[in-house]
Amino acid sequence: MTQHRQQPDSDLLARTTCPYCGVGCGVKAQLVEGRMVDVEGDDQHPANFGRLCVKGSALAETLGDRGRLLQPLVDGRAVDWQVALSETASRIQAIRDEKGNAAIAGYLSGQLLTEDYYVANKLFKGFLGTPHLDTNSRLCMASAVAAYKRSFGADAVPCNYEDLEEAELVVLVGSNLAWNHPVLFQRLRVAKARNPLMRVVVIDPRVTDSCELADLYLGIRPGSDARLFNGLLAWMADKGRLDSLYLQRHTNGFEEALAAAREGESSIEAVAADCDVDTERLETFYYWFASQLHVVTLYSQGVNQSTSGTDKCHTIINCHLAGGKIGLPGAGPFSITGQPNAMGGREVGGLANQLAAHMDYDSPGALERVTRFWSTPSLTPDLPEAPGYKAVELFEAIERGEIQALWIMATNPLVSLPDANRVRTAIERCPLVIVSECMLDTDLVELADIVLPASGWSEKDGTVTNSERRISRQRGMLPPPGEARHDWWIISQVATHLGYSEAFSYAHPAEIFTEHARLSGFENDTQHQRRLFDISALAELDQDGYDALEPIQWPVSVDSPRGTARLFEDGRFATADGRARLWPITPRQPHQTLSSEYPLRLNSGRIRDQWHTMTRTSRAARLMNHRSEPFVEVHEADARHYHLTDRQLARITAATGEMRVRVRISPAQRRGEIFVPIHWTDRLSSAARSGSLFQGVTDPLSGQPESKHGAVAIEPLAMAWEASLIVDEALDIQLGSAVHEASIYWTRIPLEHGVCWQLAGDPFVEQRDWREWLTRMLPVAVGPVAEDISAARLRAAGIENGYLRWWLMVGPIGELPGLGWISQRLEEAAHAQPLTDDQRRRVLAACDDGSANQGPVVCSCHQVGRTAIVEAIRQGDDSVEALGARLACGTQCGSCIPELKSVLEEEKSHANAITADTARAVAVG
Amino acid sequence: MNNSAMTQPHAAGTAPAIRHLVIVGNGMAAHRLIETLGCMPGAPEHITVIGDEPHGAYNRIMLSPWLAGEIDTEGLALAPPTADHSPQGQQPRITTRLALRVTGINRRQRRLECADGELIDYDHLVLATGSRSAMPDIAGINHQGVGGFRDLADARALADSAEQGGQAVVVGGGLLGLEAAEGLRKRGMQVTVLQRSHRLMNRQLDDTAAAMLAQQLSERGIQIRTGVQVAEILGDAEGCVSAVRLQGEDTHLPAQRVVMTTGITANVEPGRSAGLVCDRALVVDDQLLTSDCHISALGECCQFEQHTYGLVEPIWRQVEVLARRLCGSTGVPYHEASCATRLKVSGISLFAFGPTDAEGDHEVLTYHDNERGEYRRLLLTDGRLVGAVLYGDTRMGPWLFELSQQGVGLDAVRHSLLLGQADTEALMAEQSSCVDHDPDNRLDNQLKHQPSKNKTHQEAA
Repeated sequence: MTQHRQQPDSDLLARTTCPYCGVGCGVKAQLVEGRMVDVEGDDQHPANFGRLCVKGSALAETLGDRGRLLQPLVDGRAVDWQVALSETASRIQAIRDEKGNAAIAGYLSGQLLTEDYYVANKLFKGFLGTPHLDTNSRLCMASAVAAYKRSFGADAVPCNYEDLEEAELVVLVGSNLAWNHPVLFQRLRVAKARNPLMRVVVIDPRVTDSCELADLYLGIRPGSDARLFNGLLAWMADKGRLDSLYLQRHTNGFEEALAAAREGESSIEAVAADCDVDTERLETFYYWFASQLHVVTLYSQGVNQSTSGTDKCHTIINCHLAGGKIGLPGAGPFSITGQPNAMGGREVGGLANQLAAHMDYDSPGALERVTRFWSTPSLTPDLPEAPGYKAVELFEAIERGEIQALWIMATNPLVSLPDANRVRTAIERCPLVIVSECMLDTDLVELADIVLPASGWSEKDGTVTNSERRISRQRGMLPPPGEARHDWWIISQVATHLGYSEAFSYAHPAEIFTEHARLSGFENDTQHQRRLFDISALAELDQDGYDALEPIQWPVSVDSPRGTARLFEDGRFATADGRARLWPITPRQPHQTLSSEYPLRLNSGRIRDQWHTMTRTSRAARLMNHRSEPFVEVHEADARHYHLTDRQLARITAATGEMRVRVRISPAQRRGEIFVPIHWTDRLSSAARSGSLFQGVTDPLSGQPESKHGAVAIEPLAMAWEASLIVDEALDIQLGSAVHEASIYWTRIPLEHGVCWQLAGDPFVEQRDWREWLTRMLPVAVGPVAEDISAARLRAAGIENGYLRWWLMVGPIGELPGLGWISQRLEEAAHAQPLTDDQRRRVLAACDDGSANQGPVVCSCHQVGRTAIVEAIRQGDDSVEALGARLACGTQCGSCIPELKSVLEEEKSHANAITADTARAVAVG
Repeated sequence: MNNSAMTQPHAAGTAPAIRHLVIVGNGMAAHRLIETLGCMPGAPEHITVIGDEPHGAYNRIMLSPWLAGEIDTEGLALAPPTADHSPQGQQPRITTRLALRVTGINRRQRRLECADGELIDYDHLVLATGSRSAMPDIAGINHQGVGGFRDLADARALADSAEQGGQAVVVGGGLLGLEAAEGLRKRGMQVTVLQRSHRLMNRQLDDTAAAMLAQQLSERGIQIRTGVQVAEILGDAEGCVSAVRLQGEDTHLPAQRVVMTTGITANVEPGRSAGLVCDRALVVDDQLLTSDCHISALGECCQFEQHTYGLVEPIWRQVEVLARRLCGSTGVPYHEASCATRLKVSGISLFAFGPTDAEGDHEVLTYHDNERGEYRRLLLTDGRLVGAVLYGDTRMGPWLFELSQQGVGLDAVRHSLLLGQADTEALMAEQSSCVDHDPDNRLDNQLKHQPSKNKTHQEAA
């Protein structure tokens, strides 16, 4: 394999955007001698004004060639691009010839840039003539999109981030903003501090870190959101809190919606009982909502990932319309997206039910218009006539053999789709699987016939659209490693090999963007039906103008050349009659039902410091500190009932699969409900893909799967032993996965200069003789070893020429010291710095001094452990600010502030308890 | 010489209970006793110390480094007794008699008879005559060049023979033998150590530690032979030692010097001749009194219950008890206490206490870094530390000994015991602290701080 890296001319500070969540923060990246050494928040970017969360601030640590895909692979063989492209094209064409256009499918990702998305959509729908092009955005906000379109006539988020700050009441529904959109949560925190009258309500079955700002928390029964908001609509009507004038002038469908909301028993007591919340608290929420005009309801996956997700969104929108709480500063139903460019994908039409540029198959004249737009002198597109399969259906069609060629870009459906084991089988059966990917070692690459190495963040050049419709440039600063190429280039080249070069002769993403901008404005006028998505004012950008593009919110048209901060301010919507529509909703229960066999409700979601399948975030060791293993959160009483103890291993089973994870007993959970993270893949753990536990059932309108309502059982995982093995990078490469053979549970935890394997032994397979195993498994002999045979404990280390190479602890994880010390020694070894005598003596203790163990890391940015924080509090620091001044914790991304506050609270109550004891003792004495 | 008839002990701070105290033996025990008395009220007015060696008191423990050439003779000397620290200003007058051998004790008259015919009266007599190397009954044991390693004369003899170089055989692989061997090696001799047991220092070390020690000494060039017994010592025509023959072997180990370090014999004379009760050594009660109420015995020449002494630590405690009594007060009686063995074999650190070998009910914790020559082995019974062997790095020895003395239950921290004090104490503190380290518990607090609770949810909890 040849690796060619150009040296960039000089050091520079580049402005780009973060590739993680839907907030879309601006990032300034510092480059020195062709390496990105640091990133900071871009203080000019309106999404974050200089703030960054811990994931974003660790971006520079996730780069580097290691693990990157550097060359195209065809049938497992490394080939050059010429071969790869012609193979891709000819194999696709062969299946088209035999089975027809509809046998071809693409599955895209909210990680792609708008330009990549545009070219892919144009190729699949326009020239391959297949409607089956969907995206993983289907899994996050398809329900929100469906509801927006049905209510407003366009997939258009009316609000912006400033509205969160302007609001008098912010309602978070099914959104753990503190963890998933940390920068927005910080903006909310600041706004609330500035406006003491602002109230925050959190509606979530789990007590999340977002509750830190909550004035009111409603821990509702999962799936009862629609009932709750229907109840609100009925209550507003009953109490005369409707905006009748607004309803009359700007909406349709109110009466039907209200009638549906009043179906059955609609008293507040009945609603409270159905939602499993306290009546008084519910009424407090209703009262607050009804009395404020400036209300933002911010909702996310907790609402969307449901078989009635669209309905739930409608009930929220209904309440906003009924109260006229929309089209004003600080008011509106605000769907916050998960991915960095989910909205960009929607704009180009990257969903199976869309055509292009916010035109759908059923939009009058759209098919013909797009055909005309994409035509060239000698090519006429062959657009499909009707929508294609949405994600879950798509893989079912593959399973049936109906679709025979699948091209997946920048996502891993084996992990993220429900019923993931079935998805795996489907992909295994698919005759042609093409994968465009940055990383070499993923669950999916293994199954691909053709693997195309793609460029990644810091290399890619294009635009993304964040949750407030803001288009920002993501800039390429570093050359892609090896033979990796940009996605738009790869797609265009395949198109060229298929014979469509005339339509895909792009030389730069700027050309794609302006074409996309032109299409958005193409016949977009009152004469035809007006489309809200219009960025035609950017269609004339040349390359310099594109490169210099400042963040801007669409629409960007002749009428609004500087962009549009807020939509529907004039009460006119994008529907044919200009009126918004309220929808009558009858609440439905989750499709996945509990049974005696599977009695527990399974919820899933992200964790604070990881992104999706962790291919990037797991490379930054400090992001692994917060939660390093796949886990399940369980209510204490459930834990007792199922014989689980904190930090032990458990097996979760469902009809579709199983997970083996670490138990965390948590008061955040309601009884009967458990929570698992979505991030772990088969590369990182033995059985921790949450997708395998959910049935592939979807919302009938949006096609979004029900990934928060699984039905599962849980039991302790029987095991013979537990061990933690740390190896350096060289050993890691040498050993590969051999270390976890015969383990009933394993998790791979990347460290900065090595890997930590958490292992557990199957009680029916082995009683391991560790000295024998170490000698057989590891090429570096056992050095210091400590053993307590009767307690079945062992610690050992391998030291070669004075360098620490591996470290092992056999025993429960509760006895594992923090890994910082070992990690430092591995780093020193990488810099040819051997262990000192004292370090060698302390190697099994894994710290210089037992008292220096820093405890669990609370602040990931500054790596501040709990011990230091408690110590500082005991020395008199009594506020988050004081702790920040002393230890710097919480001063960067701020996502640990909820945790800092609770440590402060704990210490305070601890101190009070001591004082009380003393007082009692004095009184008695 | 005074001849006081005082028999009633006086309370501390009044006139001295004993006018004239005579100590026979000028070793470390005697020296320490005089030093201690000098600081105490009610000390005897006059102390006479009689030593048969021609030189003043010296630190016998330092004979090993002396032999190894690490210190010179001056470095051995103990400071001459000064008794000017008495808080009451009553300083005993001290007379030191060197190179004087006591041949008899007239108990009735409380009078000592010396080799030169001199008679010395005493009000109270302390026998601190120490011990000498045991000389087993082996053919050829009396050859020229066969000796022990106990006093400065022995050490000088060894140093002299090392001048000639050649080969030396050390019989007995205990502490003293290994120190002698190391000293002779450093002085240029080829040394072989013969050990009857299957491992070195079998009373202090377990097999692993002993093997590490043997390896370390072998690497320095000392031949170690374990599980062997001397059959006879061969000599030349002049009666000088020439070789050692081992039982069951025909070949001879050539030797120009043989050091016998198989044990020590208490110097019970002249006490035994005077009719004092004597077993393996002079029998004393818990006030260090012999069978004569005017005669005490101290140190390696005495026997308390079934114990005789070779290490300094219990002897220092004996000194405390005896000194207090000699000053007219009786305090805590002497009792046998377990003690840790701290050994220093020319740069090799050892620390041990409690049983050497693991028995059935012992739980064994080991730390072993063979490459670094460091080893720790702890024995626990019912979660309590009962014994330890530390080799190489002995810094945590005193702490472990303390833990074992306190008898604390260690099950909750046992996985940190081998790592050391700081680790264990941090863990103890963590476990005793009310602060729960699970960050999830913060959510409890958040729930507490909700304006009103979600009752259904909470009641379910």
